[in-house]
Amino acid sequence: MLRIIFIAVSIIASPLIAQEDVVVDLSQNRVDITTTFSGSNIFVFGAVKRDTPLPEGIGPLDVAIVVEGPLETITVRKKEKKLGIWVNSDAVEIQQAPSFFTIATTGVLEDMLNEGDLRDYAIGLDYAVRPQPMDNMVGEMESFAEAVMRIREDDGLYSQREGVINLTDDTLFEVAIALPANLVEGDYTARVYLIRDKNIVADTSVEITVRKAGLEVWLYDLSRENALIYGLLSLLVALVAGYGASELFRRLKR
Amino acid sequence: MLIYLPIAEVSVNIFVLLGLGGLVGMLSGIFGVGGGFLMTPILIMIGIPPAVAVATEANQIVASSFSGVLAHFKRKTVDIKMGLILMLGGLAGATLGVQIFKYLKSIGQVELLVTLSYVMFLGLVGSMMFVESLNAIRRSGKPGAKPKKKKHTWIHGLPFKTRFRTSGLYISVIPPILVGVAVGILAAIMGVGGGFIMVPAMIYMLGMPTKVVVGTSLFQIIFVTAYTTLSHAMQNFTVDAILALLLIIGGVIGAQIGTRIGVKLKAEQLRILLAAMVLLMCGKLALDLLLVPSELFSIGAGGE
Repeated sequence: MLRIIFIAVSIIASPLIAQEDVVVDLSQNRVDITTTFSGSNIFVFGAVKRDTPLPEGIGPLDVAIVVEGPLETITVRKKEKKLGIWVNSDAVEIQQAPSFFTIATTGVLEDMLNEGDLRDYAIGLDYAVRPQPMDNMVGEMESFAEAVMRIREDDGLYSQREGVINLTDDTLFEVAIALPANLVEGDYTARVYLIRDKNIVADTSVEITVRKAGLEVWLYDLSRENALIYGLLSLLVALVAGYGASELFRRLKR
Repeated sequence: MLIYLPIAEVSVNIFVLLGLGGLVGMLSGIFGVGGGFLMTPILIMIGIPPAVAVATEANQIVASSFSGVLAHFKRKTVDIKMGLILMLGGLAGATLGVQIFKYLKSIGQVELLVTLSYVMFLGLVGSMMFVESLNAIRRSGKPGAKPKKKKHTWIHGLPFKTRFRTSGLYISVIPPILVGVAVGILAAIMGVGGGFIMVPAMIYMLGMPTKVVVGTSLFQIIFVTAYTTLSHAMQNFTVDAILALLLIIGGVIGAQIGTRIGVKLKAEQLRILLAAMVLLMCGKLALDLLLVPSELFSIGAGGE
């Protein structure tokens, strides 16, 4: 019964909510990882569009921006003491771990949005790593997922910054997203959510392409596609450098 | 200034790498060792993935050994025949080593294998050198110390004997081949040239004269590490050319400076210093295995 009332209320309420929309742009859609790449700042600019003025008594507007790197399959290993030494023992494969995850908001996440949406839309660091449920080790899985978050937070790959977005006149917002130097290439997405009264009222997403460039991409491709040539080239460099150094110093000595 | 390494996929300060290369190169120049046993663990410590550190270090050793062997060729202190036989064993050993490495990488135990090998061999060689040089220093105090006599051991009873003119030896080819195999496996697994194992083995097991040992070891190391580099590049895709280049630049310069410093130091002092350094590194790695790690979990690539 309660549920029916809830659905009925949301149907009535939805036209009001749908009047708001969000437009977003980025300072750059493409990040090149070159040899001297040392991280990058991307600015996310956004504006809220409204066709009609806001009704009276409506709750405040909140914004959450999630920037997520490509999902990858990772193996998380746990060390255990065996025969007196610490060795890798249990391993868990996590199939959907983003290589990068950062979230910026206008306020405290739990106060802004209902828990169901937080989880379903993966808004928040707690939902960044989604291990596949395994019957035999439900409790264990948590600790592995937490370890991924902890390690990647330390590496600057995962972060959650609450209250850093400034919303001007309930309309304009901007935030800087710091991309660290140890970035993995791939297609990143910036997801933007407008939130009011604990519900998502509008959302949009923008792609960011992160690619190795220049010498980096040339070497990487060569090492995978022509491994023999790459290996021989590495050796040639070594031999030339070895010979060069001994000749150079022999001449300097005279 | 940070530099992004394309294969290791991490950013590292370029001066740290040049400096490391220079420092290790200098030590290897002073002590006449490849320095791989110092460089590989240090690379792992600064955040280079172990698989990349091992493979790339092999590439760097090619450069430093080549630079070193040229000087030995000029002084005619390379036993080419012995070197080639050691090399045959070395190539077989390296092939085996790369396979072992590949398998252990797939089950996530590379780190353990590398660390364990290091602790074992550094501990063994370090303590042997330490005791040996302590004795040497004590002996040098007393006048009239007797030089060791050549002993007739089981090695001299083996078949396939051949003459090694430069070394002045007439022994079976089996021991050098076995030494080569052992060093080849180590080179592939530990990312070292294996000089620190081979040099004592040549002196104590094969009975080679000390003056040709270093040159011959370097000569053999070039081939085995070059082969290791190629194997790692083709099978594990773990050779980072940029990382190698920076280490090489630092290393060859450091080695040349080190050689000049080495000439001015006394042999016993040198050996005891080197032994202390080897033992220090061994102790550090052993502690990593024994103490509770600060982070129990580690992340690796999936599907492996």
